[in-house]
Amino acid sequence: MFAFILRRAALIVPTFIGVTLLAFALIHLIPGDPVENLSGERGMDPARRERLLHEFGLDRALPLQYAEYIAQVVKGDLGTSLTTHEPVLSEFLTLFPATIELALFAMVLAVALGLPAGILAALKRNTVADYAVMGVSLTGYSMPIFWWALLLILFFSVQLGWTPVSGRIAVEYDVPAATGFMLVDTLRTGDWDAFRSALSHLILPSIALGTIPLAVIARMTRSAMLEVLREDYVRTARAKGLPRWQVILIHALRNALIPVITVIGLQVGLLLSGAILTETIFSWPGVGNWLIHGVQSRDYPVVQGGILLIATIVISVNLIVDLLYGVVNPRIRHA
Amino acid sequence: MSEAFAAVARDAVPDRVEGPWREFWRAYAQSRGAMLGLGLTIALILIAIFAGVIAPHPPYEQYREFTLTPPAWQAGGRAQFILGTDPVGRDILSRLIYGTRLSLLIGLISVALSLSLGIVLGLLAGYVRGWVQTTIMRLMDVMLALPSLLLAIAVVAILGPGLINAMYAIAIVLLPHYVRLTRAAVIAEVRKEYVQSSKIAGAGAMRLMFSTILPNCVAPLIVQATLGFSSAILDAAALGFLGLGAQPPTPEWGSMLADALEFIQRASWVVTFPGLAILVTVLAFNLMGDGLRDALDPKLKR
Repeated sequence: MFAFILRRAALIVPTFIGVTLLAFALIHLIPGDPVENLSGERGMDPARRERLLHEFGLDRALPLQYAEYIAQVVKGDLGTSLTTHEPVLSEFLTLFPATIELALFAMVLAVALGLPAGILAALKRNTVADYAVMGVSLTGYSMPIFWWALLLILFFSVQLGWTPVSGRIAVEYDVPAATGFMLVDTLRTGDWDAFRSALSHLILPSIALGTIPLAVIARMTRSAMLEVLREDYVRTARAKGLPRWQVILIHALRNALIPVITVIGLQVGLLLSGAILTETIFSWPGVGNWLIHGVQSRDYPVVQGGILLIATIVISVNLIVDLLYGVVNPRIRHA
Repeated sequence: MSEAFAAVARDAVPDRVEGPWREFWRAYAQSRGAMLGLGLTIALILIAIFAGVIAPHPPYEQYREFTLTPPAWQAGGRAQFILGTDPVGRDILSRLIYGTRLSLLIGLISVALSLSLGIVLGLLAGYVRGWVQTTIMRLMDVMLALPSLLLAIAVVAILGPGLINAMYAIAIVLLPHYVRLTRAAVIAEVRKEYVQSSKIAGAGAMRLMFSTILPNCVAPLIVQATLGFSSAILDAAALGFLGLGAQPPTPEWGSMLADALEFIQRASWVVTFPGLAILVTVLAFNLMGDGLRDALDPKLKR
């Protein structure tokens, strides 16, 4: 078991080095050097430029600069934002809970609706229910979520006035940030109105963000269930005279869940991609929104650090999913 | 008795053996979804080609006295602007029609770029193996570690925003899928007898890679290319929406949405129709891709 974990963990080292190379290259591939970007429209006299280049270490050989970059990254120094002059890492860490809260909620929604829908479609194969689930999930899968989010706002916020248009909580509530998770923080203060406000702000963005994972999970559950229902042990269980629900939930579903769990784990990348769009539309103060602002305002340390951090998270989650898969399925572990 | 026997024998032997195209078409046409996807795609291609003829107005013409006119069927709508006008008085239907041209072109160019580079890299990795393979595949792993939109944003951050750069970015995002697929297919094919015999017959590496092995790896690539079209169109629209793709006043669907954002409360039609166009187009290619996969997958063939 331990050897298996080590082997899998070793595999991600080259990938991680590659990601740092990409993040490092980002700064060097952009048109103009960082000093030029700092100087703005008026330009800068050559002597000062030389001095700044030296100060930033940009006049040294590239491998040396890369080594220094890695040394800084390992120490947790990802540079300073050009617009806010705050350290990139601490900005990221402040905003990240908002993104996790949104992504978790979206995922819960996707699993809670996607699993039953997929099971239903598999059990009622080739009926209206099956076609409906598959049709809706294919549509969800093809949905431009930035447009879907706008439609949700149009209907629920503008027409019906049920939910707020944007933000994380109404302005009148001042919640001290203890954990960074708004739902937890409002509960800690015991302010129910604030909690309700936070919850109502969370609903629409979660639906928008959860739609594509929901479609993927429904499709995957359906095909996994169909495969398992054909197996001999399911027929045996039925022949034994077990109740139908017991065969479906205990014999079939448990085995069908293995590929589904993998797919759920692999949605993390998709969720973070989707968070960029969702957060932009709902002005959600998370890392996706922050990154897009970074790109738009040419704040390269933010872009560089953000890409490195998000890629690291995706790589780590994929590794964890991989390891869990090995724990659940011994055939993988001993392959 | 003998007549019945002869009839059975006649039925058992088909008049002629079905060609691969006919066989494929029969499998494809079985799925209603796949046929719907094909029909929609053909319609979209025709709209793109004949945009100049179909569109009732030029896409950049601003009818200043008719800004934010609602669609024809709503109160205050006008028959000359069927889907209404945008905040500067341009006809939305005409812009959508010209936008079809752009979206299909973005899909075509980025998939073609990505596919050709992906095939070359995949063939190299699968055929040459060794450090060439390790280098190529590790690089692809890095690209896959980044969520697709994030990678596209990183590329646009380097190249600068714009329609052409968005196409390059999307081509890069799609690349790892084609490389992996080609490599896997090549590794499966290279051991087979027909490859070994043409190697013994003296065929060079180039000939082996491109004209012996490649034609036998085409099926999964076609499926992936079709699905690539839909993700290219979706990602291009997302980049356009974020202001990193096509720039205004280009009638690209994503940037049309972004342009109209502030008017969403007053004039929902400026937002509804461009998104619907994206959805229908992406859906069409996804339906077609699913259908192609089912028809080309030998495991599912009856």
